[in-house]
Amino acid sequence: MPANEMSVMDNKQAITEKQETTTAWEPKITAFVCNWCTYAGADLAGTSRMEYRPNVRIIKLPCTGRIDPLFIIKAFEKEADGVLVSGCHPGDCHYTTGNYHARRRWIAFKTLMEFVGIDMRRLHFSWVSASEAIKWVDLINNVTDEVKELGPFVEYKGLND
Amino acid sequence: MIRGSWFDSRFTINDSRNTNNDMEKALRQKAEELLEKGDVKVVLGYGWNRGKTRTTPVFITKPEDVEKLVFNPLCVNNLSLYLTRQYKDIQALGKPAIVAKGCDIRTIAVLIAEGQIERDNIVIIGMTCNGVVYKQELWKGKLSDDIMPTKCHNCDVRNPHLADYIIGDAVDFMPPEEPSGMVFDKIKELDTMEQDKRWEFWMEHFARCVKCYACSKICPLCYCERCIAEKNMPQWIETSAHPRGNLAWNLIRAMHLAGRCTFCGECERACPTDIPLNLINQKLAKEINDAFGYRAGYDEKEHPPLIVFNPDDQEDFIK
Repeated sequence: MPANEMSVMDNKQAITEKQETTTAWEPKITAFVCNWCTYAGADLAGTSRMEYRPNVRIIKLPCTGRIDPLFIIKAFEKEADGVLVSGCHPGDCHYTTGNYHARRRWIAFKTLMEFVGIDMRRLHFSWVSASEAIKWVDLINNVTDEVKELGPFVEYKGLND
Repeated sequence: MIRGSWFDSRFTINDSRNTNNDMEKALRQKAEELLEKGDVKVVLGYGWNRGKTRTTPVFITKPEDVEKLVFNPLCVNNLSLYLTRQYKDIQALGKPAIVAKGCDIRTIAVLIAEGQIERDNIVIIGMTCNGVVYKQELWKGKLSDDIMPTKCHNCDVRNPHLADYIIGDAVDFMPPEEPSGMVFDKIKELDTMEQDKRWEFWMEHFARCVKCYACSKICPLCYCERCIAEKNMPQWIETSAHPRGNLAWNLIRAMHLAGRCTFCGECERACPTDIPLNLINQKLAKEINDAFGYRAGYDEKEHPPLIVFNPDDQEDFIK
């Protein structure tokens, strides 16, 4: 093999290796939030120009009562590494009682997910109001860091093969 | 409590082909009376199969057919399934009377609580019960502790709690204070396992799922006319027997029964691949009882826990 060709190949290899090391794995977090509190809180964080981890994909729903456990399962199926569910504080629901219903559902659902062996550090529940932009920023940063430490959700992704 | 002592000789049905015991006589008499008077149009009960090796559901519409009715420890089926709206042909027959053990009556109570049937539109013939066999093929002519399912060892409704007529003498049996038996022991064992071991355990079991939906078809409380598994716009649950869809299906099936499952155990009995569905159902039932103090099937006037709420519900994981 001519020397110049060799050096080109080496160079290519070096570049791909470098890319692999610099583009470190980043977790995908799916956040199911309610329209009236948490989404507004996230919006406030944005308009206040607060910075937080860009790993989160926000899915807005009318109310936490609208969040079916299937959504969470679907998020994991679509290769989310972590899921966050957030809505109005108890008593603050725009529809009066949606989050009370959701809370009951989550109590059951969390038990179920734990029982089948899902790491609960990948599934977070929170109350974030429209004024709690700082809480939202901290929450996203903490969840992202925690999931990043755990690495990709290989158990669930392994089911796709 | 000494297990076995409750098994009084008065109730012993040593010969599975014995059709002349007192309970059966009383049951047939009652069925005949109800049909003759025209109080009911059909009696849902148990009858022998052709080889008299198993019992099978029978639907008696004529008073002269009541001789077909039997009752013995082989009567495992939960007949309340036939009260649900998926059996329109049975509903078309007219007002039913149902032969039900205490555990079946729990399911009927949930169906009433959920507005699926009206209490006045059915006649419940409650049977006192000393336990049934876990699977009919285990029957060797005598009922013993080791062939009874976990639900029977923990049964507190051996004397029917909601019935128009009660057939059989009162049974004196106190269930253990702390639920025990195979299902509950396994739940405890799983709870102490590492989380990744639990995952392995369930993935191993769910891998066998063939998506036959027998668990859902036999469940008296899976009465939706269109199941979420049948909806494909969007396709929420994959229909192929693939690990990913199997997990989604089994999680959602369990979730939809949270706070409603009465532990009749029919899903696990119907499962062709022996997935331990009772474990997952009972784990949720226990959590619902701990969190909301509710046990399904005892009060037909109380709403199921997941359709109501209490502003003071306690949890420690929502940050």
